[in-house]
Amino acid sequence: MKLTIGAVGLPGTSRQNKTGSWRINQRPNFLHIRCTACDLCALACPDGCIYGNGRNTYYSDYEYCKGCGNCAAVCPVDDIEMEPEKGGLPQGVFVFYDENEFRHMSTA
Amino acid sequence: MKEVRIHARAGQGAITTAMLLASAAFEEGKEALAFPTFGAERMGAPMNAFVRLAREPIRDRSQVKEPDYVIVLDPTLIRGFDVFAGLKEGGVGVINSPVSLEELGVKTKARVITVPAGKIAEEVLGRADRANTALLGAFAAATGEVSLQALIRVVEARFPGAVGQKNARAMGLAYNFAKGKGK
Amino acid sequence: MARRMLEGSQGVAQAVALCHPAVICAYPITPQTHIVAELADMVASGELKAEYVNAESEHSAASIVLGASATGVRTFTSTSSQGLLLMGEVLFNIAGMRLPVVLTCVNRAVSAPLNIWNDQQDSLSLRDSGVIQLYAENNQEAADLIYLAYRVAEDHRVLLPAMVCLDGYILSHAWEAVEIPTPKEVDAFLPPYSPLYKLDPEAPLTLGMYANPELYTEARYMLQRAMEEAITAIQETSHSFELIFSRPMPGILEEYRTEDATTVLLGMGSLVSVAKEVADELRGQGEKVGVVKLVSYRPFPKEMVWEALKGASDVLVLEKGISLGSAGPLLLDVRSACHHRPHQPRVSGFVCGLGGRDVTRQTIKAALAEKELVDARFLDLKADLELEGMGQASRDKQPALARGARRKRAPRKEGINSA
Repeated sequence: MKLTIGAVGLPGTSRQNKTGSWRINQRPNFLHIRCTACDLCALACPDGCIYGNGRNTYYSDYEYCKGCGNCAAVCPVDDIEMEPEKGGLPQGVFVFYDENEFRHMSTA
Repeated sequence: MKEVRIHARAGQGAITTAMLLASAAFEEGKEALAFPTFGAERMGAPMNAFVRLAREPIRDRSQVKEPDYVIVLDPTLIRGFDVFAGLKEGGVGVINSPVSLEELGVKTKARVITVPAGKIAEEVLGRADRANTALLGAFAAATGEVSLQALIRVVEARFPGAVGQKNARAMGLAYNFAKGKGK
Repeated sequence: MARRMLEGSQGVAQAVALCHPAVICAYPITPQTHIVAELADMVASGELKAEYVNAESEHSAASIVLGASATGVRTFTSTSSQGLLLMGEVLFNIAGMRLPVVLTCVNRAVSAPLNIWNDQQDSLSLRDSGVIQLYAENNQEAADLIYLAYRVAEDHRVLLPAMVCLDGYILSHAWEAVEIPTPKEVDAFLPPYSPLYKLDPEAPLTLGMYANPELYTEARYMLQRAMEEAITAIQETSHSFELIFSRPMPGILEEYRTEDATTVLLGMGSLVSVAKEVADELRGQGEKVGVVKLVSYRPFPKEMVWEALKGASDVLVLEKGISLGSAGPLLLDVRSACHHRPHQPRVSGFVCGLGGRDVTRQTIKAALAEKELVDARFLDLKADLELEGMGQASRDKQPALARGARRKRAPRKEGINSA
């Protein structure tokens, strides 16, 4: 891989940095039973990785979810439960700019 | 090489004096260096400016300890400072003062003249504390180190328009005064 | 092409203007302010087409030129003393991001105690930063080094910030004849800035990214190599300067009467002028004394310094600063350059001119009179000043004022007014 002069990189590399690899032994399970689409889970998520548009559509992107449990704690209708991590954590990467393409370096 | 030491208080135009003298000498083909030294950063604080004039490029940037010429813009400085310290044998002093050397209480073997530059400045420029250009005119007469014409050229370049012309007039008046005092 | 009587700071400002900076941002501090005030006037009058940004501190000023430089334009800032130190962490960043910012440091002592007069402690203290440091002996050099600094900094082999250092008051406020070239000549010497990477919304990049232990060492290694390349770049650019401007440009160092010198004085900045005067005087008395003026302090041109000193038996390093707890920074670098060589000269270090204390011929002669090998001998220490807590033995053979002795009345001060 190439280290650029001045450690210059392409933007948006944090998308490739799948910080879900840091997740502890639990993850949120969105039951999709009682959801009122209040959006509090999305607001409370420190990673901003919860998406949804309408009742019972909310989900967490496990590529970035840390398993902190904030979403489950704030859901006013208890429609989110924290369940044990099922395995299959994404691999975290750091990415730097190369003139032609990305080169990846694993930090697993 | 000739070395000049100027004694003044901050705000009296000592740096401009040094700059004009150096510039006039440069106009006449000499190498020149002018620089100040300050005490406290306030108006009225005693300070010095120095000028060196020579034929070859000047390398000495240290303060002038043995001047050929001493210019004193503010006579009240004579009380607290030995303004003529180090003045070379045969050196010349020019003091801005409305009163004589004796009345100032100056005792020196050196050739020193007093010039009422402040009075001239008040008449021509309306301000007694703008005596520096007038005193330079007297300096030119007393030392012959630089011509009045060159001084007038640089002062009019520095202060364009009426201001420059008035300063030039003040220079001329003081020059004649000093010439009149004789050698 | 004519020489004109200018204040040192005016010469520097005019040189900067001729280099077409796009963004100038600075914070005032004695004694550098004249430079940026002159530039601000030029921008206000339309004489200089640049953006002049007022910042609320030197830290901000440095950050603003960092950001501006990152967009791929030529920038300038200027400071002294505390201001330079306040810029400190930003300067390290600018270097690490490989941005060719050019700045002037109008050398001034650092607090405490508070002192507005000249010494070189400020710039010496940032010798680790990755900023190129070039020291001017006189005002012609102060202006000329600006053109050199831009071209070297922007050289793609280098891409480092460059700082032109000129002694506060002694140079910045001195009026002397300086030749300012024509715009055409400067344009012939200094091409437009061509950045390697720049911030651009059309092609977004991140500069100065996070580097974990796996990468940081290599990034710093690249910086060190860039500094080494800068020595070559400075030499080549100096040669080009001399061809275009028909004026000498000792971009790395200058040797004065060193050919057969047994004793060599080495220093930076305006004190070299006094050293040359002393050398001439002693040569007139048959003594083989020479002077080495170091212009490029960083990068430190180790091999060239050795070449200049190897014939001498005694080298006296005179410097306006000290690395407290050790010796003068310049002494340490010079000794290192002479170390592990055949027939290395004796290298002694002298500290002088701190806080604006005049460096005179006497100062330098006192150094020459020193028989012992010294690391950091303070020259011109006042014998009649009692230093609290220091006994006579530790005063370096200089007698302390007797306890209880008082002057009857303040003596008339000699000649030079002091506050």
